[in-house]
Amino acid sequence: MAEDSFYHALKVDEKTCYGCTHCMNVCPTGAIRIRNGIASIRPDWCVDCGECMRACPVDAIFVEHDDFDRIFNYKCRVALVPAVLIGQFPAKVTEAEIFSVMRELGFTHVFQTEHTAGIIRKAMVETAREAEEKPSISSFCPAIVRLVQIKFPSLLDQVLNIKPPIDASAVYFRKRLEDEGIPSEDIGIFYVTPCAAKIAAVKSPVGEEQSPLDGVIDMRFIYNKIYRLIKSRHNSSSVSPGEMLPLLSPGSIKYSLTEGEASRMEGRCLAIDGIHNVIEFLEKLENDELGNVDFLELRACDQSCAGGVLVGGNRFLTTERLNKRAKRFEGVADIPGDIKAYTHFMNHNMDIGILEPRSMMALDEDMGEAMRKMQQVRHLMCFLPGIDCGACGAPNCQSLAEDIVRRESQLSACVFIQRMMEKHSKLSGEHALKIIEKVWGKNRLDKNCNKKGAEDEAGG
Amino acid sequence: MKFKYEIEGGNFSKAGNASSAVKKMLKQLNVPPPIIKRLVVALYEGEVNVVAHAWNGCIQVDIEPHRIFVIIEDEGPGIPDIDQAMQEGYSTASQAVREMGFGAGMGLPNMKKNADELNITSEVGKGTKVEITTLLNE
Repeated sequence: MAEDSFYHALKVDEKTCYGCTHCMNVCPTGAIRIRNGIASIRPDWCVDCGECMRACPVDAIFVEHDDFDRIFNYKCRVALVPAVLIGQFPAKVTEAEIFSVMRELGFTHVFQTEHTAGIIRKAMVETAREAEEKPSISSFCPAIVRLVQIKFPSLLDQVLNIKPPIDASAVYFRKRLEDEGIPSEDIGIFYVTPCAAKIAAVKSPVGEEQSPLDGVIDMRFIYNKIYRLIKSRHNSSSVSPGEMLPLLSPGSIKYSLTEGEASRMEGRCLAIDGIHNVIEFLEKLENDELGNVDFLELRACDQSCAGGVLVGGNRFLTTERLNKRAKRFEGVADIPGDIKAYTHFMNHNMDIGILEPRSMMALDEDMGEAMRKMQQVRHLMCFLPGIDCGACGAPNCQSLAEDIVRRESQLSACVFIQRMMEKHSKLSGEHALKIIEKVWGKNRLDKNCNKKGAEDEAGG
Repeated sequence: MKFKYEIEGGNFSKAGNASSAVKKMLKQLNVPPPIIKRLVVALYEGEVNVVAHAWNGCIQVDIEPHRIFVIIEDEGPGIPDIDQAMQEGYSTASQAVREMGFGAGMGLPNMKKNADELNITSEVGKGTKVEITTLLNE
């Protein structure tokens, strides 16, 4: 399958990973296998949701983000900051302080991602009204868009062809800066991301040929920098000069939270967060079980972006702070005044391009061949124990059977099958251990008192 | 290739499970998404009919490269007048079933719309057999 060009933000640190299967067991698309004692992620199955990163007990799964110093390749250095960054700080830290620190870090401009949320909402309402097939599905969460591509391709037409705030804002601010006379090549727009999926979306956009962003910065990095600077300031009791940004409407501030979109669309709208919940729900949608739903807001993370895998603060507190902030801004217009002059430009730059199905479910492209393979899988399942222990390096027996048929594993990878083979003298104990080493790495079964929970564990 | 899935009468919380299992299999066989969509909608309607009206039943799926043939068969009260049952809005579902969002009388017509061929036979007091054919070479 020609899926090699697909970029993923999630990587496995082969030195730290010890092949514990936690990530393999939580992956919502079953994309992880253990090979040679470490986790490996199948690129064409991964949607960059970050569940594996959350589950890893030793932080062996990390995101590849841009080196911060890359911003200095540009004369005009723009930080695109989502509301959830602000939500992470305690209430006594003002937004003005946060933004002024961003400038001190080296950014020449700091803009808010949700600046374009109002115009996006308007476009979504209009497009959803015209949609032939209901419900319309939001394109907000990049992990969900990818999930639909690989697991629910028949629903792709229902995904609204409208840019999410990061892309729309990047396009908008670039245009505005260009209109101020700054050459396009001098402008570098960097998104401060709360999740891995948005890194992948920038490096390898699903619809458009090229992302309107120039780079992505891990939110934890910025969060730590800002926190440290603010702390030292508070200690020296110097007063921050502060910096005012355009005010956002309550709807825009809450846009990336759960119900942020659904609460403001027309008709019967539902908001689902958590990727496992989304999968369960899309199964029902595919069966046509839902009746008349007009709009679905689907987010991969619990509490939406406040629960992003790169958000350092507690997701419930982040949500609380943003809700409080939104209250203070009641009455602020949904579409900021400066965008109005660009309405025509934005209307022509809102679509995300064509979303192609990338089904990973099929056992083979050719249906006849797929049928043959499925027959083999069913035959293999007659022998596998159905214990789903993961000792073969696959998340469950069914996955192992499918891997075998895809020639990516073998029946003897199952430790219970090994026992049966040994009993019938078809496998020597020596050989059985060799097979286990292939999955779990050399010397994995040797006594080692330094491992997690063992006698000499080196501080947890 | 043949598959069989059981349906439990009266258990609405599980209605849809058999259809989902068939759907998963069709995706693995690389059946084009629009064909899966139509068939699964018809199947789900059929499954709900069994859950709502019958005591128990099963879905049998037979796949060949050029067509999918499905039999939804149940042991149940049967349909006295099939032509009447095929009319949009006609329903014998109880108030309780309707309150759960089922039984609007669109089941059979919706199945017909989503099948290339639909054949229903029924015996009152014994059960109903619905046969759906979906063509793959279009």
